[in-house]
This record gives sequence, C-alpha cells and structure tokens, in this order.
Amino acid sequence: MTSRSAALSRLIGRAAWGLGALVATPVLPDDYVALVNPLQARDVLRARVLAKMAEGVGVATLVLRPSRSWTTHRPGQYLRIGVDIAGVRHWRAYSVTSPPGARELTITVKAKGDGLVSTHLVERARPGDVIMLDLATGDFVLPETLPDKLLFLTAGSGITPVMAMLRAYRFGDVVVLHSARSADDVIFGDELRSAAAEGQLVLLERHTDAQGRLDPTELDDLVPDWRERETYACGPAELLAGLEAHFEAAGVADRLHVERFQTEAAAVGEGGTARFVRSGVEVETDGATTLLQAGEDAGVLLKSGCRMGICFSCVTKLTAGSVRDLRTGETTTVHDEPIHIQTCVSASAGACQLDA
Amino acid sequence: MTQTLATTEQTTTDGSTPTTWQGHALTDAVTTAKLTHEQVEQIGARLDEIRAEVIATRGESDARYIRGVIRAQRWLEASSRVVLLFSKNKVAFVVGTAGLSVAKILENMEIGHNVLHGQWDWMRDPKIHSTTWEWDAVTPAEQWKHSHNETHHTYTNVVGRDNDLGYGIMRVDNAQPWSLKLLGQPFFNLVNATFFEYGIAAYDLELFDNLKKGEDRTPEQRETFRRNAAAVGRKLARQMGKDYLVHPLLSGPNALHTAAANAIANVVRNLWTHSVIICGHFPDGVEVFEKTSIEGETKAQWYLRQMLGSANITGSKFMHLMSGNLSHQIEHHLFPDLPSNRYAEIAPKVKALFEEYGLRYVSGPLPVQVAQAWGKVFRLSLPDREPGRSRWSIIGEAVGQALRGRPTERVAVAAS
Repeated sequence: MTSRSAALSRLIGRAAWGLGALVATPVLPDDYVALVNPLQARDVLRARVLAKMAEGVGVATLVLRPSRSWTTHRPGQYLRIGVDIAGVRHWRAYSVTSPPGARELTITVKAKGDGLVSTHLVERARPGDVIMLDLATGDFVLPETLPDKLLFLTAGSGITPVMAMLRAYRFGDVVVLHSARSADDVIFGDELRSAAAEGQLVLLERHTDAQGRLDPTELDDLVPDWRERETYACGPAELLAGLEAHFEAAGVADRLHVERFQTEAAAVGEGGTARFVRSGVEVETDGATTLLQAGEDAGVLLKSGCRMGICFSCVTKLTAGSVRDLRTGETTTVHDEPIHIQTCVSASAGACQLDA
Repeated sequence: MTQTLATTEQTTTDGSTPTTWQGHALTDAVTTAKLTHEQVEQIGARLDEIRAEVIATRGESDARYIRGVIRAQRWLEASSRVVLLFSKNKVAFVVGTAGLSVAKILENMEIGHNVLHGQWDWMRDPKIHSTTWEWDAVTPAEQWKHSHNETHHTYTNVVGRDNDLGYGIMRVDNAQPWSLKLLGQPFFNLVNATFFEYGIAAYDLELFDNLKKGEDRTPEQRETFRRNAAAVGRKLARQMGKDYLVHPLLSGPNALHTAAANAIANVVRNLWTHSVIICGHFPDGVEVFEKTSIEGETKAQWYLRQMLGSANITGSKFMHLMSGNLSHQIEHHLFPDLPSNRYAEIAPKVKALFEEYGLRYVSGPLPVQVAQAWGKVFRLSLPDREPGRSRWSIIGEAVGQALRGRPTERVAVAAS
C-alpha cells in the first residue's frame, strides 16, 4: 500500500471510530465489540486461554491468545494478568515463556500453597476462559548484541523468563545452573535436558532436597569461568542477595543482571503507617481510626460523603499495603494492581499507601 | 416553582428549622416508632447481621448476574436500534421502540443506578465500577452520585436536607406551608415525570437555587456551578446528538420516525422511572422527619429512619428487574451498597424484623402505590382545612391577595 492510501485508510478508520463513539455513547464502541468477541475490542487487553498443559506437579503452562491490540514482548519480560476469582478481580505478574512473534503466548505458573491466583490458574483455569492482560514489561532482557558467554542462574520458577530467552535465541556458549528441590521439580526439565543433550547449552541441575541450597562460593567449582560470563539470575530474594554480594566482592557486579519476583506486601496487622502519596503526608494510625479521619486530622484533602460506608463518595485507590474494613473486619491487600477502598470505613492494617 | 422548601430555607439565617415546619409527622424516628433506644440498637445489630450474611456469600454468581444483565441490555439496545433503522415500517417502529424503551429502563435502573451506588465495586472490574460508570441520562454520573448517594441516602426523608422529597418544588407533607402556586403541583409533577431526566439534571445541578441566588453565591459556589453546568452541557449534547441526530441520520429516509421512536423511548423510560421512584418514599404510611431530629443520630437510628421512610412495591420478578430492584426500596435504603440481586432474598428477614418490633412495612402493588402517591400530590396541592374555614375560602383569599399584587405572603397553616 502506498503511504497516501495508508493515511487515507487510517483517516477513514478514525472517522468510523468517531461515528461509533457518537452511536454508542455513553459507553464505548469497544463495549459492543466485546459482546461479540472480547479479543477484538481495543480499549482493554484480554486473552483467551486456548490450552492448559501440565508441566509436572503443581505447574501448568497456559497458552493464551491475546487481543488483537497486543503488541509483543521481548524474551525475559513479564506481563500482568487479571483473573476473576469468586467474582473479584486479582492481578499478578508472570514471565512470558514463549518466544516473541507468535500469535499465541505462554505463561508457566507454579501453584504456591497460599497463592490465590497461581492456584486458580493451575487448578481451575480452563480453555475458553477470558482473562485480563497488560502489555509486557520489565528490563530483564538480553542486549541487542548477544553476549558471547552467558550464565543463567535460576531457582524454582525463576527459570520461566530464562526459558523465553533459551527458546528465542541460539547461543554460542551458555551455561544454565538451575536449582529445584528434586529432578522431578525442575520446570521444563525434559526440554532443558534434551537441549543439553543436543549440545545447545550446558545444564547444571542442583537438587536442593539432596544437595542443599546453592552457595555463591560454589560457583568457582561449578562454573569456573563465571567471572567472564554475562550472568542473568532469577529466583528467591536470598539467592539474588547472595549473588549480588558475591559478584560485588569479585569486582564484576556489572556482569550480573537480576529479576526479582514481586515480594509479598508487608504483614497484615492492626494500625500502622498510612501514606497519602499525592499529599506527601505520612501518619501513624491505630487500628480503630478510619483512614478518612486520620488523613483529615493530618490536613489531607480527602473526598468524603456520608462517613458511614454507604455513599461511596470517599472511594480512593489503595496503592500498597493492607486495610481493614471496620464493619466486617475483612482485610484487603494490594498485590499488584491498586484497589479502590472506602476510606470512611477502612483502617490501616499494617502499613498502607493511598493515592490521595 | 421553587416554593416551599427553598424559600423557607432562605428565611432562616441561623440554619434552624423554621417554626412553620413543626408538625405532626416531623419528628425523630425513635419517637415515631415508639421504641426504646435499646430496641432500636437491637434492630441495628440484627440488620448488621443480615448485611454480613450477604457480604460473606457475595461472589461468582452475583458477578455472573450483573454481567449477564449488562450483556442482555446491550444486545437489546443494539438490536432495537438496528430495527429502528427501518422505522418507517410500522412493525419495526413498534418493536424497535418497545425494545429501546426496555433497554433504556434496564440501563438506568438495574444497571446504572446500582453500579453508581458502588454495589459492584467489590468485583474490582474497572468496567463495572462506580468511579468509571457513565449512564444513558442527561445528568452526569458524578453529579448524580453526589445528590443521590450522598444527600438523599444519608438524609433520607429529612425535610430540608433530603431534596428528593418533592425535588424542592412540591409540598410532600401537611406540615409544609401551602401557597397558591402549589395548585399547579399535579401539573408540575406530570411535566417532571415526562421529562424526568432533564428534571434530575436540573436538580443535581441545583439549577433553580443557583439562578435564584445569583450574585449572592460565593465565588466557589459560582465556580462549581459553572463547571457542573458545562459538564451537563457536554453530556446533554452527546445524549441529544445520539438520539436525535446520529441514529436518525443513520436511518436515512427513516430519520424522522427514528427520532420519534427515540423520543418515545426516552419518555417511556422517564415516566416509568418517575413512577418507581415516587413509590419509594411517597405512598401512605411513609414518615418524614424534622431536620433537628437527626443530630447525633446513631447508625441504628439511621437504619430505623430508612425503615420508616421507605416503601416497597410488590410484583413479579420481571417487575423487580425493571424497577432496578427499587421495588425493594426498604432493603435498598438499609443497604444501598449490597448487590441489587440480593434484596429479594433478604426481604423476608427484614419484613420479619419489622413485624417483631411492630413497625409498618409499607408495601403494595405498583398501581396502588402510584395512585396513592399521586393522590398525595393532588391532596397536598390544596391547603389543609382549618377550623371554621373551608379549603375554598383559603384558596379564595390567596387568589385575592395575588390579584391585589401583594408580595408572596404565605398563608399560615396551623398544623392540627
């Protein structure tokens, strides 16, 4: 297509969309498009679960077909997905495990014991389910020019972003040092082992139930030339902290690139520090004072109405931490996505942070 | 137009209740109900339990319900509008107009009203959330939420605080003073019902109050009004543009018929919503309260005021759906934030509580409730009978005064 006809078709598209907005107001044309096919609507990213494959005990790979407005990802990036559990939407981040370019993408999820979303995805998600999606993000990615010598240092589900890289690129000299409780617990175990057998990579498996956790000082024995390798590490916080200290001590800190999985929010408690981010105010609260009261007492301008939990005029975004509903005692904790709360009936439950 | 309430408000500078308002029904809920304070607190605790039971079981099936209603409404609206593209055809005109009327009613009542109450905020779906929803009405959601959720639901049936009582233009209780202009009350009520969405917009905007006060307003009040009026203007343009310009133009030679069909659907929706709403707080047996009566009110006393100040409509499941479950007005006023699909289930428990404490659970079929409400509108448009004087002589005197060009002096009404 010539550039002029491309511009013309864009113009026609925009005009049609503008007309659609006039026709559909007060909702969006996309709200009607979504009635027919949720993946065709462009205002919100969604994905349909096409298939679910078991990857071992408590681990499953979900094949997702994203909305047509999905762009792409770089190997190593993660995306946030939103699923409705008992009617309530929950968001969590997962690494994309498929190479870019395909129409489908995959995520691989390990069901954590108390993980609401991971358990739901592994045990209850079904082909045909439509879930919410966000664009891929994260800077745990390889540079344009691939390093000559690489070391991937992973543990548990930390293998997932690395798997996207291993599937996307052909490396010259790459070592994968992966920790898991046992041989059966190695996510993508078969694929990694056959890639190793074909000589595409050197695979060092660490089975922590039998051999104990990896100590960074063991690197000299396991990967003698580790100082010369660009190292990409992903796993539990203590492993990453140990590696950072070790690389720092060896003077090669710039060779280490780490990906931290989201840590859990601060412990849920009674009262705590309430931060009103936009006002730049921080107050200590007890577990019985509402956030509305605490904020107002500290001079924060907050929306308010009935002050008894019925009118929803005070609804404000909780961006981090936990709050307790003083009427029911129920706590609400932010994991990934801000949650709207009623400040007039909520108290801080441990530290909390409000967009106000 | 702006008789009774606003005028009376203006005459008091200290914010106290004007003496002309004192009357038989204007009292606090506890006195009206003849209950001890302990009993009222017991009722409050029982209602809290009912609420907690619903919250504990709120989940996937509720989410499925509201999404299902929204989906059905959108299919109905879209297909009705497609049918109306051929509105010159008589069958298409009737079917399309009927479908669009129902769609507009569902959109305003079971969906819009309830989403804007925050009944579905717990799902954390930004598409179905009180902070993001906009509805098919002239009044912008933001302004309606303020006047409805914040004012009407907090100060329900408190004369001078709850402007939903007669929308500030009607006499809704014998204790309110009568004036000659009120003879037109039934007519104004009919006009308001027919163009209800515009009435609501003017009301949310506090249009008449702002026009009357004019220069007396503070700069902030003026700025707020200017901003809100601009928002109403934009909303009005979109709403009018859709129903009377864009869809008619899309129907080509059927344009005039389509515009007419859309106008009919809007009026049908207006009349229906007005009827449902007038049944909520107007029928016989519903109490209104004095402004000073809610000072220091506890949550339980607030509950009691909602119980005495609301009335239900009995009917089929379809009627409940079309009323946005405002047919369960009592339950809605007790728990405005519970999902509307759960009101029917808690209604028997609430009713049992009324009976246990000897309170009147006002309820009746739609035609009866509408007739009662309209009866009240007519009755209160006339002055109350006074000892030794007929209504007609009071009206006659008022007419005489008006003809002689006296200032709008109000005829004093002695409450019996």
